[in-house]
Amino acid sequence: MLQKLGVDVLSVSVDSTFVHKIWEEAELSKMVDGDIPFPMVSDGGGKLGTVYGVYDESAGVNIRGRFIIDPDGIIQAMEVMTPPVGRNIMETIRQIKAFQHVRENGGKEVCPADWEPGKPTLKPGPDLVGQVWKEWKP
Amino acid sequence: MAEEKIGCARPTGNVVAEPSAKEDINPTQTRKENNNMITAKVGSKAPDFEAPAYNKGKFISVKLSDYQGRWVIVCFYPGDFTFV
Repeated sequence: MLQKLGVDVLSVSVDSTFVHKIWEEAELSKMVDGDIPFPMVSDGGGKLGTVYGVYDESAGVNIRGRFIIDPDGIIQAMEVMTPPVGRNIMETIRQIKAFQHVRENGGKEVCPADWEPGKPTLKPGPDLVGQVWKEWKP
Repeated sequence: MAEEKIGCARPTGNVVAEPSAKEDINPTQTRKENNNMITAKVGSKAPDFEAPAYNKGKFISVKLSDYQGRWVIVCFYPGDFTFV
């Protein structure tokens, strides 16, 4: 799904690349078919996590942080969570589709809450002020 | 095949998609610059980094700025072999 959207993934934890290898072989291979398609980055010492604001110094690990970066290298979205709750990949995909839509339209159309492909977008401008209720019906 | 040298994970001190002016500075300078380190912010260029990675049976080195022109998800998580 992400490949179809032209999205590359990098996963990052403080584990060494050796641990990544064994984790994939010992456990992940039993959860997904085939190789993990993306590089599993090793951030020993949490230096990357520190600049991304997700390194927890007392625990010595990176907390959950997901960053959507556009083709110009701009961070369009981030989601940061404490460890005990997992993420929802469908929400990430929804956000990417919406950001891609906005980019394709040069920012002329924006995607309101809960937007998904096929749903109406909004075209900001003087005429829309106070009229969003006519255009966007949750 | 010449083996590629893979260094430690490090932020480059630059953002992606910006020509590097600091590429050839010595380590002391790098450390000094890290004090006013670039941090991640939505709407701003992502902090670039270079780091070792494991991918499809190989140990490689990845650099975020090599992904310029592509959509990228960078996904941090607490650790391998954890539960969630």
